[in-house]
Amino acid sequence: MTVFFSVVRAEWTKARTVRSTWWSLAVATVLCVGIAVLLGLQMADSYDRMVGSSAQLAFYPLLIGQIALVVFGVLLVSTEYTTGTIRASLAAVPRRGVFLAAKALTAAGIAGVLAVVVSFGAFLATQWGLGEHGTTLAEPGVLRAVLGACAYLTMMCVFVMGVATVLRSTALSLGIMIPVLFLNSQGLASLPAIRPVTQYLPDQAGAVMMHIGEPGRTILGHSDFGPGGAFLIMVAWVAAALAGAYVSVRRRDA
Amino acid sequence: MIEVEGLTKRYGRTLAVDGLSFTVEPGRVTGFLGPNGAGKSTTMRMVLGLDRPSAGRVLVDGRPYAELTDPLRRVGALLEARAVHGGRSAYHHLLWLAQTNRIPVSRVGEVLEQVGLTAVKRKRVKGFSLGMNQRLGIAAALLGDPGVLLFDEPVNGLDPEGIVWLRTLLKDLAGQGRTVFVSSHLMSEMALTAEHLVVIGRGRLLADTTVERFIADNSRSFVRITTPDPARLRSVFAAEGIQVTDLEDGAEGGALAAHGVDARRASELVAAHGLVVHEIGLRQASLEEAFVRMTAAAVEFREGM
Repeated sequence: MTVFFSVVRAEWTKARTVRSTWWSLAVATVLCVGIAVLLGLQMADSYDRMVGSSAQLAFYPLLIGQIALVVFGVLLVSTEYTTGTIRASLAAVPRRGVFLAAKALTAAGIAGVLAVVVSFGAFLATQWGLGEHGTTLAEPGVLRAVLGACAYLTMMCVFVMGVATVLRSTALSLGIMIPVLFLNSQGLASLPAIRPVTQYLPDQAGAVMMHIGEPGRTILGHSDFGPGGAFLIMVAWVAAALAGAYVSVRRRDA
Repeated sequence: MIEVEGLTKRYGRTLAVDGLSFTVEPGRVTGFLGPNGAGKSTTMRMVLGLDRPSAGRVLVDGRPYAELTDPLRRVGALLEARAVHGGRSAYHHLLWLAQTNRIPVSRVGEVLEQVGLTAVKRKRVKGFSLGMNQRLGIAAALLGDPGVLLFDEPVNGLDPEGIVWLRTLLKDLAGQGRTVFVSSHLMSEMALTAEHLVVIGRGRLLADTTVERFIADNSRSFVRITTPDPARLRSVFAAEGIQVTDLEDGAEGGALAAHGVDARRASELVAAHGLVVHEIGLRQASLEEAFVRMTAAAVEFREGM
Protein backbone atom coordinates (compact mmCIF):
# COMPACT_ATOMS: atom_id res chain seq x y z
CA MET A 1 0.00 0.00 0.00
CA THR A 2 2.88 2.35 0.65
CA VAL A 3 3.77 1.97 -3.02
CA PHE A 4 0.26 2.93 -4.02
CA PHE A 5 0.10 5.96 -1.76
CA SER A 6 3.48 7.21 -2.95
CA VAL A 7 1.97 7.21 -6.46
CA VAL A 8 -1.13 9.02 -5.20
CA ARG A 9 1.16 11.58 -3.59
CA ALA A 10 2.99 12.06 -6.89
CA GLU A 11 -0.33 12.49 -8.72
CA TRP A 12 -1.34 15.14 -6.21
CA THR A 13 1.98 16.91 -6.82
CA LYS A 14 1.32 16.74 -10.57
CA ALA A 15 -2.16 18.21 -10.16
CA ARG A 16 -1.18 21.03 -7.82
CA THR A 17 1.88 22.16 -9.78
CA VAL A 18 0.09 23.27 -12.94
CA ARG A 19 -1.95 26.45 -13.11
CA SER A 20 -4.82 24.92 -15.10
CA THR A 21 -5.87 23.00 -11.97
CA TRP A 22 -6.25 26.14 -9.90
CA TRP A 23 -7.88 28.05 -12.74
CA SER A 24 -10.50 25.43 -13.43
CA LEU A 25 -11.27 24.94 -9.74
CA ALA A 26 -11.51 28.69 -9.17
CA VAL A 27 -13.81 29.09 -12.16
CA ALA A 28 -16.01 26.24 -10.91
CA THR A 29 -16.30 27.89 -7.49
CA VAL A 30 -17.01 31.35 -8.89
CA LEU A 31 -19.60 30.01 -11.34
CA CYS A 32 -21.43 27.89 -8.79
CA VAL A 33 -21.48 30.33 -5.88
CA GLY A 34 -21.65 33.48 -8.02
CA ILE A 35 -24.60 32.32 -10.08
CA ALA A 36 -26.26 31.08 -6.89
CA VAL A 37 -26.09 34.56 -5.35
CA LEU A 38 -27.44 36.23 -8.51
CA LEU A 39 -30.15 33.62 -8.93
CA GLY A 40 -31.22 34.00 -5.29
CA LEU A 41 -31.35 37.79 -5.52
CA GLN A 42 -33.21 37.66 -8.83
CA MET A 43 -35.80 35.19 -7.59
CA ALA A 44 -36.31 37.07 -4.33
CA ASP A 45 -37.81 39.90 -6.44
CA SER A 46 -40.18 37.66 -8.39
CA TYR A 47 -40.75 34.96 -5.81
CA ASP A 48 -44.50 34.71 -6.50
CA ARG A 49 -43.91 33.55 -10.07
CA MET A 50 -41.04 31.14 -9.25
CA VAL A 51 -41.50 27.50 -10.27
CA GLY A 52 -40.12 24.97 -7.76
CA SER A 53 -38.95 25.43 -4.20
CA SER A 54 -36.41 27.73 -2.63
CA ALA A 55 -34.24 24.74 -1.79
CA GLN A 56 -34.34 23.34 -5.31
CA LEU A 57 -33.24 26.64 -6.83
CA ALA A 58 -29.80 26.21 -5.27
CA PHE A 59 -28.91 23.33 -7.61
CA TYR A 60 -29.23 25.08 -10.98
CA PRO A 61 -25.90 26.93 -10.60
CA LEU A 62 -24.17 23.56 -10.19
CA LEU A 63 -25.35 22.48 -13.63
CA ILE A 64 -23.41 25.40 -15.12
CA GLY A 65 -20.43 25.28 -12.76
CA GLN A 66 -19.83 21.57 -13.35
CA ILE A 67 -18.44 22.45 -16.78
CA ALA A 68 -15.31 23.86 -15.13
CA LEU A 69 -15.00 20.70 -13.06
CA VAL A 70 -15.29 18.66 -16.25
CA VAL A 71 -12.48 20.75 -17.74
CA PHE A 72 -10.36 19.98 -14.67
CA GLY A 73 -11.04 16.23 -14.94
CA VAL A 74 -10.24 16.18 -18.65
CA LEU A 75 -7.04 18.24 -18.34
CA LEU A 76 -5.75 16.02 -15.53
CA VAL A 77 -5.35 13.21 -18.07
CA SER A 78 -5.36 14.79 -21.51
CA THR A 79 -2.30 16.96 -20.78
CA GLU A 80 -0.38 13.76 -19.99
CA TYR A 81 -0.94 12.73 -23.58
CA THR A 82 -0.69 16.12 -25.30
CA THR A 83 2.61 16.96 -23.56
CA GLY A 84 4.08 13.43 -23.66
CA THR A 85 4.35 13.30 -19.85
CA ILE A 86 2.47 9.98 -20.02
CA ARG A 87 5.69 8.25 -21.07
CA ALA A 88 7.49 9.52 -17.98
CA SER A 89 4.47 8.57 -15.86
CA LEU A 90 4.26 5.01 -17.16
CA ALA A 91 8.04 4.52 -17.06
CA ALA A 92 7.88 5.53 -13.38
CA VAL A 93 4.73 3.51 -12.66
CA PRO A 94 4.66 0.65 -15.16
CA ARG A 95 1.69 -1.07 -13.52
CA ARG A 96 -1.17 0.49 -15.43
CA GLY A 97 -3.78 -0.36 -12.84
CA VAL A 98 -1.81 1.36 -10.07
CA PHE A 99 -1.26 4.42 -12.26
CA LEU A 100 -4.93 4.71 -13.19
CA ALA A 101 -6.21 4.02 -9.67
CA ALA A 102 -3.89 6.66 -8.22
CA LYS A 103 -5.01 9.15 -10.84
CA ALA A 104 -8.70 8.39 -10.24
CA LEU A 105 -8.30 8.64 -6.46
CA THR A 106 -6.51 11.97 -6.80
CA ALA A 107 -9.20 13.30 -9.15
CA ALA A 108 -11.91 12.09 -6.78
CA GLY A 109 -10.16 13.64 -3.79
CA ILE A 110 -9.74 17.05 -5.35
CA ALA A 111 -13.17 17.01 -6.98
CA GLY A 112 -14.71 15.79 -3.72
CA VAL A 113 -13.35 18.72 -1.72
CA LEU A 114 -14.43 21.15 -4.43
CA ALA A 115 -17.86 19.51 -4.67
CA VAL A 116 -18.47 20.01 -0.95
CA VAL A 117 -17.39 23.64 -1.21
CA VAL A 118 -19.54 24.47 -4.24
CA SER A 119 -22.57 22.38 -3.29
CA PHE A 120 -22.91 23.80 0.20
CA GLY A 121 -21.65 27.15 -1.04
CA ALA A 122 -24.26 27.36 -3.79
CA PHE A 123 -27.02 26.31 -1.40
CA LEU A 124 -26.14 28.85 1.26
CA ALA A 125 -25.53 31.59 -1.34
CA THR A 126 -28.91 30.99 -2.97
CA GLN A 127 -30.74 31.07 0.34
CA TRP A 128 -28.86 34.24 1.30
CA GLY A 129 -29.95 35.81 -1.99
CA LEU A 130 -33.56 34.75 -1.45
CA GLY A 131 -33.53 36.51 1.92
CA GLU A 132 -36.85 36.05 3.71
CA HIS A 133 -37.90 33.38 1.17
CA GLY A 134 -34.80 31.30 1.81
CA THR A 135 -34.74 27.96 3.59
CA THR A 136 -32.14 25.97 5.54
CA LEU A 137 -30.36 22.63 5.40
CA ALA A 138 -32.75 21.47 8.14
CA GLU A 139 -35.67 21.31 5.72
CA PRO A 140 -36.58 17.67 4.98
CA GLY A 141 -34.69 16.18 2.03
CA VAL A 142 -32.41 19.18 1.57
CA LEU A 143 -29.27 17.78 3.18
CA ARG A 144 -29.67 14.54 1.22
CA ALA A 145 -29.95 16.51 -2.03
CA VAL A 146 -26.88 18.62 -1.23
CA LEU A 147 -24.88 15.49 -0.40
CA GLY A 148 -26.26 13.98 -3.61
CA ALA A 149 -24.83 16.97 -5.47
CA CYS A 150 -21.44 16.43 -3.81
CA ALA A 151 -21.43 12.77 -4.83
CA TYR A 152 -22.62 13.55 -8.36
CA LEU A 153 -19.97 16.23 -9.03
CA THR A 154 -17.20 14.00 -7.67
CA MET A 155 -18.26 11.04 -9.76
CA MET A 156 -18.73 13.23 -12.83
CA CYS A 157 -15.10 14.34 -12.54
CA VAL A 158 -13.83 10.76 -12.31
CA PHE A 159 -16.11 9.78 -15.18
CA VAL A 160 -14.69 12.41 -17.54
CA MET A 161 -11.17 11.53 -16.39
CA GLY A 162 -11.83 7.98 -17.57
CA VAL A 163 -13.30 9.20 -20.86
CA ALA A 164 -10.28 11.46 -21.45
CA THR A 165 -7.94 8.50 -20.85
CA VAL A 166 -9.65 6.65 -23.68
CA LEU A 167 -9.78 9.67 -26.01
CA ARG A 168 -6.29 11.03 -25.11
CA SER A 169 -7.15 14.49 -26.45
CA THR A 170 -8.24 17.67 -24.69
CA ALA A 171 -10.21 18.97 -27.66
CA LEU A 172 -11.94 15.69 -28.38
CA SER A 173 -12.81 15.04 -24.72
CA LEU A 174 -14.22 18.51 -24.09
CA GLY A 175 -15.81 18.53 -27.53
CA ILE A 176 -17.83 15.48 -26.57
CA MET A 177 -18.46 16.08 -22.86
CA ILE A 178 -19.57 19.70 -22.94
CA PRO A 179 -22.22 19.35 -25.67
CA VAL A 180 -23.52 16.22 -23.95
CA LEU A 181 -23.83 18.07 -20.66
CA PHE A 182 -25.36 21.22 -22.13
CA LEU A 183 -27.53 19.93 -24.96
CA ASN A 184 -28.75 17.07 -22.90
CA SER A 185 -29.71 19.02 -19.81
CA GLN A 186 -31.17 21.96 -21.58
CA GLY A 187 -32.86 20.43 -24.58
CA LEU A 188 -32.61 16.90 -25.84
CA ALA A 189 -33.36 15.19 -22.55
CA SER A 190 -36.77 16.78 -22.26
CA LEU A 191 -38.00 15.40 -25.59
CA PRO A 192 -40.55 12.75 -24.59
CA ALA A 193 -39.63 10.42 -27.43
CA ILE A 194 -36.03 9.90 -26.29
CA ARG A 195 -36.55 10.58 -22.60
CA PRO A 196 -36.71 6.86 -21.70
CA VAL A 197 -33.11 6.56 -22.91
CA THR A 198 -31.62 9.96 -22.12
CA GLN A 199 -32.71 9.82 -18.49
CA TYR A 200 -29.86 7.36 -17.90
CA LEU A 201 -27.17 9.79 -19.05
CA PRO A 202 -24.83 10.96 -16.28
CA ASP A 203 -26.07 14.53 -15.96
CA GLN A 204 -29.69 13.33 -15.85
CA ALA A 205 -28.85 10.86 -13.11
CA GLY A 206 -27.14 13.76 -11.34
CA ALA A 207 -30.31 15.83 -11.61
CA VAL A 208 -32.24 13.04 -9.88
CA MET A 209 -29.63 12.91 -7.11
CA MET A 210 -30.10 16.66 -6.54
CA HIS A 211 -33.86 16.50 -6.58
CA ILE A 212 -35.88 17.26 -3.47
CA GLY A 213 -39.41 15.97 -3.11
CA GLU A 214 -41.42 13.15 -4.57
CA PRO A 215 -39.59 10.58 -6.70
CA GLY A 216 -40.29 10.37 -10.41
CA ARG A 217 -39.55 14.03 -11.00
CA THR A 218 -36.20 15.79 -11.19
CA ILE A 219 -35.05 19.33 -11.52
CA LEU A 220 -34.83 18.66 -15.27
CA GLY A 221 -37.90 16.52 -15.96
CA HIS A 222 -39.38 13.20 -14.95
CA SER A 223 -37.47 9.99 -14.33
CA ASP A 224 -38.19 6.31 -13.79
CA PHE A 225 -35.85 6.05 -10.80
CA GLY A 226 -35.19 7.82 -7.51
CA PRO A 227 -31.98 9.23 -5.99
CA GLY A 228 -30.73 5.80 -4.91
CA GLY A 229 -31.15 4.41 -8.41
CA ALA A 230 -29.52 7.52 -9.85
CA PHE A 231 -26.53 7.01 -7.58
CA LEU A 232 -26.12 3.46 -8.85
CA ILE A 233 -26.43 4.65 -12.44
CA MET A 234 -23.60 7.12 -11.80
CA VAL A 235 -21.50 4.37 -10.21
CA ALA A 236 -22.06 2.32 -13.35
CA TRP A 237 -20.97 5.21 -15.59
CA VAL A 238 -17.81 5.74 -13.54
CA ALA A 239 -17.04 2.02 -13.53
CA ALA A 240 -17.56 1.81 -17.30
CA ALA A 241 -15.31 4.84 -17.94
CA LEU A 242 -12.56 3.50 -15.69
CA ALA A 243 -12.79 0.03 -17.23
CA GLY A 244 -12.45 1.58 -20.69
CA ALA A 245 -9.54 3.67 -19.44
CA TYR A 246 -7.84 0.60 -17.99
CA VAL A 247 -8.15 -1.37 -21.20
CA SER A 248 -6.90 1.62 -23.18
CA VAL A 249 -3.88 2.36 -21.01
CA ARG A 250 -3.00 -1.33 -20.79
CA ARG A 251 -3.35 -2.31 -24.42
CA ARG A 252 -2.38 0.78 -26.37
CA ASP A 253 1.15 2.10 -26.82
CA ALA A 254 1.89 5.19 -24.75
CA MET B 1 22.14 -5.35 -18.34
CA ILE B 2 19.53 -5.15 -21.09
CA GLU B 3 18.64 -8.30 -23.03
CA VAL B 4 16.66 -7.88 -26.22
CA GLU B 5 15.32 -11.15 -27.60
CA GLY B 6 13.63 -11.44 -30.99
CA LEU B 7 12.02 -8.05 -30.52
CA THR B 8 9.50 -7.14 -33.22
CA LYS B 9 7.12 -4.21 -33.56
CA ARG B 10 4.58 -3.99 -36.33
CA TYR B 11 2.49 -0.89 -37.06
CA GLY B 12 -0.15 -2.04 -39.50
CA ARG B 13 1.82 -3.34 -42.47
CA THR B 14 5.07 -1.64 -41.50
CA LEU B 15 7.69 -3.51 -39.55
CA ALA B 16 9.36 -0.87 -37.38
CA VAL B 17 11.48 -3.37 -35.50
CA ASP B 18 12.19 -6.74 -37.05
CA GLY B 19 13.44 -9.60 -34.92
CA LEU B 20 16.10 -7.65 -33.00
CA SER B 21 18.32 -9.55 -30.58
CA PHE B 22 21.26 -8.10 -28.70
CA THR B 23 22.58 -7.60 -25.19
CA VAL B 24 23.74 -4.34 -23.65
CA GLU B 25 26.47 -5.10 -21.12
CA PRO B 26 27.28 -3.07 -18.02
CA GLY B 27 30.50 -1.15 -17.60
CA ARG B 28 30.73 0.38 -21.04
CA VAL B 29 28.89 2.85 -23.24
CA THR B 30 26.95 1.03 -25.93
CA GLY B 31 25.99 3.15 -28.92
CA PHE B 32 22.68 2.41 -30.60
CA LEU B 33 23.18 3.58 -34.12
CA GLY B 34 20.90 3.82 -37.10
CA PRO B 35 19.49 6.39 -39.51
CA ASN B 36 16.34 8.28 -38.58
CA GLY B 37 13.38 5.92 -38.72
CA ALA B 38 15.50 2.81 -38.20
CA GLY B 39 13.50 1.82 -35.11
CA LYS B 40 15.81 3.07 -32.34
CA SER B 41 13.18 5.03 -30.41
CA THR B 42 10.60 2.27 -30.83
CA THR B 43 13.09 -0.22 -29.41
CA MET B 44 13.83 2.04 -26.45
CA ARG B 45 10.13 2.51 -25.74
CA MET B 46 9.70 -1.26 -25.73
CA VAL B 47 12.59 -1.61 -23.26
CA LEU B 48 10.61 0.64 -20.91
CA GLY B 49 7.37 -1.21 -21.48
CA LEU B 50 5.75 1.84 -23.06
CA ASP B 51 5.07 0.13 -26.39
CA ARG B 52 3.96 -3.49 -26.52
CA PRO B 53 6.17 -5.70 -28.68
CA SER B 54 4.39 -7.59 -31.47
CA ALA B 55 6.79 -10.42 -30.70
CA GLY B 56 9.87 -11.05 -28.58
CA ARG B 57 10.74 -9.54 -25.24
CA VAL B 58 13.15 -7.32 -23.36
CA LEU B 59 14.63 -8.08 -19.96
CA VAL B 60 16.23 -5.47 -17.75
CA ASP B 61 18.43 -7.02 -15.07
CA GLY B 62 16.77 -10.32 -15.94
CA ARG B 63 13.16 -9.16 -15.57
CA PRO B 64 10.56 -7.50 -17.78
CA TYR B 65 10.41 -3.77 -17.05
CA ALA B 66 6.81 -3.89 -15.84
CA GLU B 67 7.80 -6.29 -13.05
CA LEU B 68 10.41 -3.99 -11.53
CA THR B 69 9.46 -2.39 -8.22
CA ASP B 70 10.45 1.27 -8.12
CA PRO B 71 11.80 1.02 -11.70
CA LEU B 72 13.39 4.49 -11.64
CA ARG B 73 15.86 3.21 -9.06
CA ARG B 74 17.01 0.58 -11.57
CA VAL B 75 16.49 2.17 -14.97
CA GLY B 76 16.78 5.83 -15.93
CA ALA B 77 15.73 6.99 -19.36
CA LEU B 78 15.79 10.10 -21.48
CA LEU B 79 13.31 9.72 -24.32
CA GLU B 80 11.99 12.84 -26.02
CA ALA B 81 13.26 15.87 -24.14
CA ARG B 82 10.14 17.87 -24.96
CA ALA B 83 7.86 15.36 -23.26
CA VAL B 84 7.37 17.47 -20.15
CA HIS B 85 4.33 19.54 -19.15
CA GLY B 86 5.37 23.09 -20.06
CA GLY B 87 3.40 24.60 -17.20
CA ARG B 88 5.34 22.78 -14.50
CA SER B 89 8.68 23.90 -13.11
CA ALA B 90 11.79 21.75 -13.51
CA TYR B 91 11.82 21.20 -9.73
CA HIS B 92 8.21 20.05 -9.60
CA HIS B 93 8.67 17.78 -12.61
CA LEU B 94 11.49 15.96 -10.82
CA LEU B 95 9.64 16.09 -7.50
CA TRP B 96 6.63 14.07 -8.70
CA LEU B 97 8.93 11.64 -10.48
CA ALA B 98 10.88 11.12 -7.24
CA GLN B 99 7.67 10.61 -5.26
CA THR B 100 6.41 7.85 -7.56
CA ASN B 101 9.44 5.71 -6.75
CA ARG B 102 10.03 6.85 -3.15
CA ILE B 103 13.31 8.47 -4.10
CA PRO B 104 14.52 10.94 -1.40
CA VAL B 105 13.55 14.50 -2.31
CA SER B 106 17.18 15.53 -1.71
CA ARG B 107 18.04 13.76 -4.99
CA VAL B 108 16.02 16.37 -6.90
CA GLY B 109 18.40 19.14 -5.84
CA GLU B 110 21.43 16.93 -6.47
CA VAL B 111 20.55 16.05 -10.06
CA LEU B 112 19.52 19.62 -10.86
CA GLU B 113 22.96 20.69 -9.65
CA GLN B 114 24.62 17.92 -11.66
CA VAL B 115 23.04 19.02 -14.95
CA GLY B 116 23.45 22.73 -14.21
CA LEU B 117 19.79 23.72 -13.92
CA THR B 118 19.76 24.84 -10.28
CA ALA B 119 19.42 28.52 -11.22
CA VAL B 120 16.26 27.91 -13.25
CA LYS B 121 14.68 25.13 -11.21
CA ARG B 122 11.62 27.20 -10.27
CA LYS B 123 11.05 28.40 -13.84
CA ARG B 124 8.33 26.81 -15.90
CA VAL B 125 9.68 24.38 -18.47
CA LYS B 126 7.71 26.16 -21.22
CA GLY B 127 10.49 28.77 -21.45
CA PHE B 128 13.35 26.26 -21.66
CA SER B 129 15.54 25.90 -24.74
CA LEU B 130 15.90 22.46 -26.29
CA GLY B 131 19.29 22.13 -24.62
CA MET B 132 17.83 22.94 -21.18
CA ASN B 133 15.02 20.44 -21.80
CA GLN B 134 17.65 17.88 -22.71
CA ARG B 135 19.47 18.56 -19.43
CA LEU B 136 16.21 18.22 -17.50
CA GLY B 137 15.60 14.88 -19.23
CA ILE B 138 19.10 13.75 -18.24
CA ALA B 139 18.42 14.86 -14.65
CA ALA B 140 15.24 12.78 -14.66
CA ALA B 141 17.18 9.77 -15.90
CA LEU B 142 19.78 10.15 -13.13
CA LEU B 143 17.18 10.81 -10.39
CA GLY B 144 16.93 7.27 -9.02
CA ASP B 145 20.69 6.65 -9.25
CA PRO B 146 19.94 3.69 -11.55
CA GLY B 147 22.31 0.99 -12.73
CA VAL B 148 20.85 1.00 -16.23
CA LEU B 149 20.60 4.18 -18.29
CA LEU B 150 19.00 4.79 -21.68
CA PHE B 151 19.44 7.99 -23.63
CA ASP B 152 17.61 8.56 -26.90
CA GLU B 153 19.51 11.08 -29.05
CA PRO B 154 20.82 13.01 -26.00
CA VAL B 155 23.11 15.24 -28.06
CA ASN B 156 20.19 16.94 -29.85
CA GLY B 157 19.97 20.60 -28.93
CA LEU B 158 23.07 20.65 -26.74
CA ASP B 159 25.66 23.33 -27.39
CA PRO B 160 29.29 22.26 -28.01
CA GLU B 161 30.12 22.68 -24.33
CA GLY B 162 27.10 20.57 -23.43
CA ILE B 163 28.13 17.86 -25.85
CA VAL B 164 31.56 17.56 -24.26
CA TRP B 165 29.94 17.53 -20.81
CA LEU B 166 27.57 14.76 -21.91
CA ARG B 167 30.37 12.60 -23.35
CA THR B 168 32.25 12.81 -20.07
CA LEU B 169 29.10 12.05 -18.11
CA LEU B 170 28.28 8.97 -20.20
CA LYS B 171 31.81 7.63 -19.86
CA ASP B 172 31.80 8.30 -16.10
CA LEU B 173 28.51 6.47 -15.68
CA ALA B 174 29.85 3.47 -17.58
CA GLY B 175 33.09 3.68 -15.60
CA GLN B 176 31.04 3.28 -12.40
CA GLY B 177 29.90 -0.08 -13.76
CA ARG B 178 26.51 1.02 -15.04
CA THR B 179 24.86 -0.12 -18.24
CA VAL B 180 24.75 2.88 -20.59
CA PHE B 181 22.78 2.62 -23.83
CA VAL B 182 22.84 5.72 -26.05
CA SER B 183 21.11 6.12 -29.39
CA SER B 184 22.29 8.42 -32.14
CA HIS B 185 22.03 8.83 -35.87
CA LEU B 186 25.53 10.37 -35.89
CA MET B 187 28.31 7.84 -36.27
CA SER B 188 30.98 10.44 -35.52
CA GLU B 189 29.43 11.20 -32.14
CA MET B 190 29.27 7.52 -31.23
CA ALA B 191 32.89 7.02 -32.28
CA LEU B 192 33.86 9.54 -29.60
CA THR B 193 31.62 8.23 -26.86
CA ALA B 194 30.87 4.55 -27.27
CA GLU B 195 33.02 1.47 -26.93
CA HIS B 196 30.48 -0.93 -28.28
CA LEU B 197 27.99 -0.48 -31.11
CA VAL B 198 24.61 -1.93 -31.94
CA VAL B 199 23.78 -0.81 -35.47
CA ILE B 200 20.30 -1.17 -36.93
CA GLY B 201 18.71 -0.25 -40.25
CA ARG B 202 15.02 -0.65 -41.07
CA GLY B 203 14.47 -2.32 -37.74
CA ARG B 204 17.03 -5.04 -38.34
CA LEU B 205 20.31 -5.71 -36.61
CA LEU B 206 23.23 -4.82 -38.90
CA ALA B 207 26.12 -5.03 -36.46
CA ASP B 208 26.78 -5.78 -32.81
CA THR B 209 30.48 -5.13 -32.38
CA THR B 210 33.12 -2.88 -30.88
CA VAL B 211 33.62 0.57 -32.35
CA GLU B 212 37.17 -0.31 -33.47
CA ARG B 213 36.02 -3.43 -35.21
CA PHE B 214 33.17 -1.62 -36.89
CA ILE B 215 35.52 1.00 -38.31
CA ALA B 216 38.02 -1.58 -39.53
CA ASP B 217 35.33 -3.64 -41.21
CA ASN B 218 33.41 -0.85 -42.80
CA SER B 219 35.68 2.01 -43.74
CA ARG B 220 36.98 1.71 -47.28
CA SER B 221 40.27 3.37 -48.19
CA PHE B 222 41.63 4.51 -51.56
CA VAL B 223 44.52 6.50 -52.98
CA ARG B 224 43.60 10.00 -54.03
CA ILE B 225 45.58 11.29 -57.02
CA THR B 226 45.41 14.70 -58.65
CA THR B 227 46.92 14.96 -62.11
CA PRO B 228 46.75 17.32 -65.13
CA ASP B 229 46.55 14.28 -67.40
CA PRO B 230 43.90 11.96 -66.00
CA ALA B 231 43.40 10.05 -69.24
CA ARG B 232 47.00 8.82 -69.31
CA LEU B 233 47.02 7.92 -65.64
CA ARG B 234 43.86 5.91 -66.15
CA SER B 235 45.36 3.90 -68.98
CA VAL B 236 48.58 3.22 -67.01
CA PHE B 237 46.65 2.07 -63.94
CA ALA B 238 44.16 0.09 -66.03
CA ALA B 239 47.06 -1.81 -67.62
CA GLU B 240 48.07 -2.87 -64.08
CA GLY B 241 44.53 -3.99 -63.33
CA ILE B 242 43.87 -1.18 -60.85
CA GLN B 243 40.38 0.31 -60.77
CA VAL B 244 40.32 4.11 -61.05
CA THR B 245 37.25 6.27 -60.51
CA ASP B 246 36.55 10.02 -60.65
CA LEU B 247 36.36 11.88 -57.38
CA GLU B 248 33.71 14.53 -57.30
CA ASP B 249 35.27 16.67 -54.65
CA GLY B 250 35.74 19.88 -56.63
CA ALA B 251 39.53 19.61 -56.92
CA GLU B 252 41.19 21.41 -59.79
CA GLY B 253 42.42 19.24 -62.59
CA GLY B 254 41.42 15.64 -62.41
CA ALA B 255 41.06 14.13 -58.95
CA LEU B 256 41.00 10.37 -59.21
CA ALA B 257 40.60 7.52 -56.75
CA ALA B 258 42.68 4.39 -57.21
CA HIS B 259 41.16 1.39 -55.44
CA GLY B 260 42.74 -1.76 -54.10
CA VAL B 261 46.22 -0.28 -54.08
CA ASP B 262 48.34 1.36 -51.39
CA ALA B 263 50.00 4.77 -51.74
CA ARG B 264 53.46 3.28 -52.15
CA ARG B 265 52.53 1.10 -55.12
CA ALA B 266 50.58 3.96 -56.69
CA SER B 267 53.51 6.37 -56.47
CA GLU B 268 55.94 3.79 -57.85
CA LEU B 269 53.68 3.36 -60.87
CA VAL B 270 53.48 7.12 -61.32
CA ALA B 271 57.27 7.43 -61.22
CA ALA B 272 57.89 4.49 -63.52
CA HIS B 273 55.70 6.04 -66.22
CA GLY B 274 56.89 9.62 -65.74
CA LEU B 275 53.42 10.91 -64.92
CA VAL B 276 52.92 14.37 -63.47
CA VAL B 277 50.90 14.40 -60.28
CA HIS B 278 50.06 17.26 -57.94
CA GLU B 279 49.00 15.16 -55.05
CA ILE B 280 49.00 11.57 -54.05
CA GLY B 281 47.89 10.15 -50.74
CA LEU B 282 45.85 7.61 -48.85
CA ARG B 283 42.28 8.56 -47.95
CA GLN B 284 40.37 6.77 -45.24
CA ALA B 285 36.61 6.91 -45.82
CA SER B 286 35.05 8.63 -42.83
CA LEU B 287 33.03 6.76 -40.27
CA GLU B 288 29.96 8.60 -41.39
CA GLU B 289 30.48 7.26 -44.92
CA ALA B 290 31.03 3.76 -43.57
CA PHE B 291 27.81 4.01 -41.62
CA VAL B 292 25.84 5.42 -44.53
CA ARG B 293 27.18 2.72 -46.81
CA MET B 294 26.27 -0.01 -44.38
CA THR B 295 22.75 1.22 -43.72
CA ALA B 296 22.18 1.97 -47.40
CA ALA B 297 23.12 -1.61 -48.19
CA ALA B 298 20.52 -2.75 -45.70
CA VAL B 299 17.91 -0.61 -47.38
CA GLU B 300 18.74 -1.98 -50.83
CA PHE B 301 18.71 -5.49 -49.48
CA ARG B 302 15.25 -4.98 -48.07
CA GLU B 303 13.92 -3.39 -51.24
CA GLY B 304 15.35 -6.15 -53.35
CA MET B 305 13.42 -8.79 -51.43
